[in-house]
Amino acid sequence: MSGNAPGKKKPTASRKKAAVAEAPRPSAPKQREKSTGLHIGEAAPGVAKVDPIIVADGVRRTFGGLTAVDVEHVEIPRGAITALIGPNGAGKTTLFNLLTGFDKPDAGSWVFDGSSLSGVPAFKVSRMGQVRTFQLTKALGLLTVVENMKLGAKGQKGEKFWHSLVPALWRAQDDEIEERAMRLLTKFKLDAKADDFAASLSGGQRKLLEMARALMSEPQLVMLDEPMAGVNPALTQSLLDHILDLKDEGMTVLFVEHDMHMVRHIADWVIVMAEGRVVAEGDPVTVMKNPAVVDAYLGAHQDVDLGVVTGRYGDGKAGAGVTAAQIEAEGRAELEDEEK
Amino acid sequence: MDWLNILSNSASSIISPATMAYALAALGLAVHFGYAGLLNMGVAGFMALGAYGYAISILTFGFPWWLAMLVGLVASAGFAFVLGIPTLRLRGDYLAIVTIAAAEVVRLLFLTTAFDPVTGSADGLSGYHGSFRDANPLPDGNYGFGPWVYSSDQWWVRIVGVIALALAVVLVWRLMASPWGRVLKGIREDEDAVRALGKNVFSYKMQALVLGGVIAGAGGIVYALPSAVNSGVYVTSLTFFVYTALLLGGAATVFGPLIGSLIFWVLQTLLSNLLPAMVQAGILPFMSQIQAGTLRFILVGVALMLLVVFRPQGIFGNKKELTFVR
Ligand SMILES: Nc1ncnc2c1ncn2[C@@H]1O[C@H](COP(=O)(O)OP(=O)(O)O)[C@@H](O)[C@H]1O
Ligand SMILES: [Mg+2]
Repeated sequence: MSGNAPGKKKPTASRKKAAVAEAPRPSAPKQREKSTGLHIGEAAPGVAKVDPIIVADGVRRTFGGLTAVDVEHVEIPRGAITALIGPNGAGKTTLFNLLTGFDKPDAGSWVFDGSSLSGVPAFKVSRMGQVRTFQLTKALGLLTVVENMKLGAKGQKGEKFWHSLVPALWRAQDDEIEERAMRLLTKFKLDAKADDFAASLSGGQRKLLEMARALMSEPQLVMLDEPMAGVNPALTQSLLDHILDLKDEGMTVLFVEHDMHMVRHIADWVIVMAEGRVVAEGDPVTVMKNPAVVDAYLGAHQDVDLGVVTGRYGDGKAGAGVTAAQIEAEGRAELEDEEK
Repeated sequence: MDWLNILSNSASSIISPATMAYALAALGLAVHFGYAGLLNMGVAGFMALGAYGYAISILTFGFPWWLAMLVGLVASAGFAFVLGIPTLRLRGDYLAIVTIAAAEVVRLLFLTTAFDPVTGSADGLSGYHGSFRDANPLPDGNYGFGPWVYSSDQWWVRIVGVIALALAVVLVWRLMASPWGRVLKGIREDEDAVRALGKNVFSYKMQALVLGGVIAGAGGIVYALPSAVNSGVYVTSLTFFVYTALLLGGAATVFGPLIGSLIFWVLQTLLSNLLPAMVQAGILPFMSQIQAGTLRFILVGVALMLLVVFRPQGIFGNKKELTFVR
């Protein structure tokens, strides 16, 4: 597989345009402003939000005797980046599955952007503008990277059986979609891989592809399940920037992440889960001082960087000079700074 | 050994109705298995419904040949639909189990004496050719050259077979090059990912199951065109032969099923002529001529195993386009 061999690729007109349009990315990460004033009243589990995009009530999911999710009330603020944290097995992925229609709760109801989503199948949830990615990356290996991307676009005429037989009906739209796909791929630095099978990408690149693919549907709410897990530290910064960009473009982001450093860096709001329940909520700084959080989450791993726990910094040589210890130290320093 | 006869028979099978029937069935299976990832183990059932639908429509209901063909196709489509409703929401393996069982049920229904006046039970059905042959535009006589000399009726069967095959190939090729085909291939890779992107996965799988079923049903009709219909043909080993033909050519390709069926039948004919002749000539002293005739089926099984192990993508498939081991 060598679709990126220079002589072999024949970029279409639209692809060239996309490449030219891309401005060089500033290399120094800039600290962006956090959204504040998202909640009403005191920050506590289940606190009301000024403008919630999701409101969930009494959502419960059990597996046999195990209660994986038992959320009394939770609201996700619109237009902000919300981090969902909690130890392994806290029920974060299960909650994602429930909210997106991939799993059915034993009880409970939830509303997305004003419409009830109980019993709505996953594909309809996605069409309504709430897309998700998976903790275990789901790149479609034997489709090319650009095909993966094009699959993400909504309302394609050529995806209907009879229409698909008449290319005149969908060709123009398909070219448009390809152009958009190439623009996004360029942004995610995957454009050189456009014609390769997704199976040939590295784990981190697959995470990027999955996120980019989700964006093809132009969602209102993006739900990312551990987007940084397995991503090369050299790529993490750009991934964080992409997530911040989503907010700038008016999208709402809900993401699961184990690394406090990153949560602190990009999240406007943090929701902490433990044993299926929401145990704390608040802005990142406050939440991390919350004894319930330290107890439920930080306590177990206080001496280990969670990036190491999740295997992200395991590969020392990929770190481009950044070691786990360094990042950990940095994180601690930052924590201490803010405590002063 | 009569080499001339052996080679001539083998060459003749290149355009035999059986080859075309297999090619159609394999193409239908390519839609199911190669493109949509649906493990249909009931190809024989789809072919049986096509064949019996055609024959029964003519013999019992007196339909003209083209309407009878339509009935055969609709019967296969209905079979796909009925199988799809309960299974397509479940994990892939369930489809395999249900289709293999359903195909057997279909065969036994055609075999049982309960419906003898309609199905002919163990004797099968024959003598339904009148209307089809009346529509033959070719004047009587024998045409062709070399090993390919056939009567006008035999040519008519082959012409209709080739037309059906060409239509199916163009249809599948167009579909798979379209966004519709892209969704289908995505489902083959990971249906949850495709679901998360807002596609109605169940509906696509159903469309693929019906489309492939109809094409396999067309294969059954072409199989029935030249002579007779008998339930003994539509056994599970037919399904495995079609799989062999498909995997030989490449499961996720449009022309693979064609070439695979061709190779399958040329080899089958060659072996079925060659092996008994070799026994007769004393080259295979340890077996009888009858044993030699069945040896080829053993060889088919061995070939299928070797293919799956060493070349799962088939002769024409891209190594990365279809592999069993992920
Ligand atoms: N399909 C399932 N069957 C049984 N138990 C499950 C299933 N999915 C999740 N669980 C259990 O539910 C709990 C929450 O899991 P999960 O939501 O994956 O946690 P997290 O994503 O926060 O690490 C865990 O104890 C897990 O073992
Ligand atoms: Mg999880």
